[in-house]
Amino acid sequence: MNIIDVLEKEQLRTDVPPFSVGDTVRVHMKVIEGGRERTQVFEGIVIARKGKAISETFTVRKVTFGVGVERVFPLHSPRLQEIEVVTQGKVRRAKLYYLRGKIGKKSRVKVRKESRGPEAAPSE
Amino acid sequence: MFGLLGKKVGMSQIFAEDGNLVAVTIIQAGPCAVTQMKTKERDGYAAVQLGFEDKKRNVAKPLRGHFKRSGVTPKRHLREFSLPDSPQLNEGGEVKADIIKEGELVDVGGVTKGRGFAGVVRRYRFGGGPASHGHTSHRRVGSIGQCAFPSEVWKGQGMPGQMGRVARTVQNVKVVKVDGERNLLFVRGSIPGPNGGLVVVRKAVKGPGKALKGKS
Repeated sequence: MNIIDVLEKEQLRTDVPPFSVGDTVRVHMKVIEGGRERTQVFEGIVIARKGKAISETFTVRKVTFGVGVERVFPLHSPRLQEIEVVTQGKVRRAKLYYLRGKIGKKSRVKVRKESRGPEAAPSE
Repeated sequence: MFGLLGKKVGMSQIFAEDGNLVAVTIIQAGPCAVTQMKTKERDGYAAVQLGFEDKKRNVAKPLRGHFKRSGVTPKRHLREFSLPDSPQLNEGGEVKADIIKEGELVDVGGVTKGRGFAGVVRRYRFGGGPASHGHTSHRRVGSIGQCAFPSEVWKGQGMPGQMGRVARTVQNVKVVKVDGERNLLFVRGSIPGPNGGLVVVRKAVKGPGKALKGKS
């Protein structure tokens, strides 16, 4: 095995829950503000998962006060405290960039009724 | 710290202590064998000669004798590093990556990837000519100067030629992480050369510039 793969594997987090594009997630993130540490929560729809291994990131989109906000999180960041999967979405696309142009009812993602289960979801 | 020989393994990313994702180049630095100590009395200057990577076949006889004198197996690469102050090093000894500390600044030298005989668009980022509307000078040099004055082509005028495969050193590269067990260095950003190429890691000649000083 390639030494870089070995080194990257050592740094991967094992506690990342399985989730995929279209899911609504709540991301708890450690923020250091003036020497103090607190947790910030960002809730929204996962519109993309990119990269692999240590470089993998996911993009979460939410709309606050009519303004779309997107944040890109490194999946294996030590700053992430928890990723809660709120609902699982039913989507047919790997990237939900089309949501950026939609507002109101059209910007919704259908909720998957039955759970995918941990095996079926793309795991890390 | 005086220097090390190593091999560029490739690039990756690691999380720094503050949680930031940092792009790093991984260097297989050492283990290097001390093949010769040069002293001021005998050689006129103080230096250490390091060897890196075993060479099994086709070692010239004079070289074989050189390695035999210090009691190390023949090495593929030999480089000298000057030693202003004499650390405890013995001929036949070994130098590992852990002589470099995390957070230290180093200069990393290597031979850049060769691009062959390259045109001026690739080599010097010239704009080239228009693609259509009757133009024929698409990727050519264009004008290389004026007329009666200066009556010559100025030095430094970009022209086609060999690009790459030249020795280059990147200065003030920060060492993000050191893996002493596996002899790996993680340095911030990119370094010259292809993966698997020989790199020379030295102590930073210039050190942090004004902007960096005090921050480190």
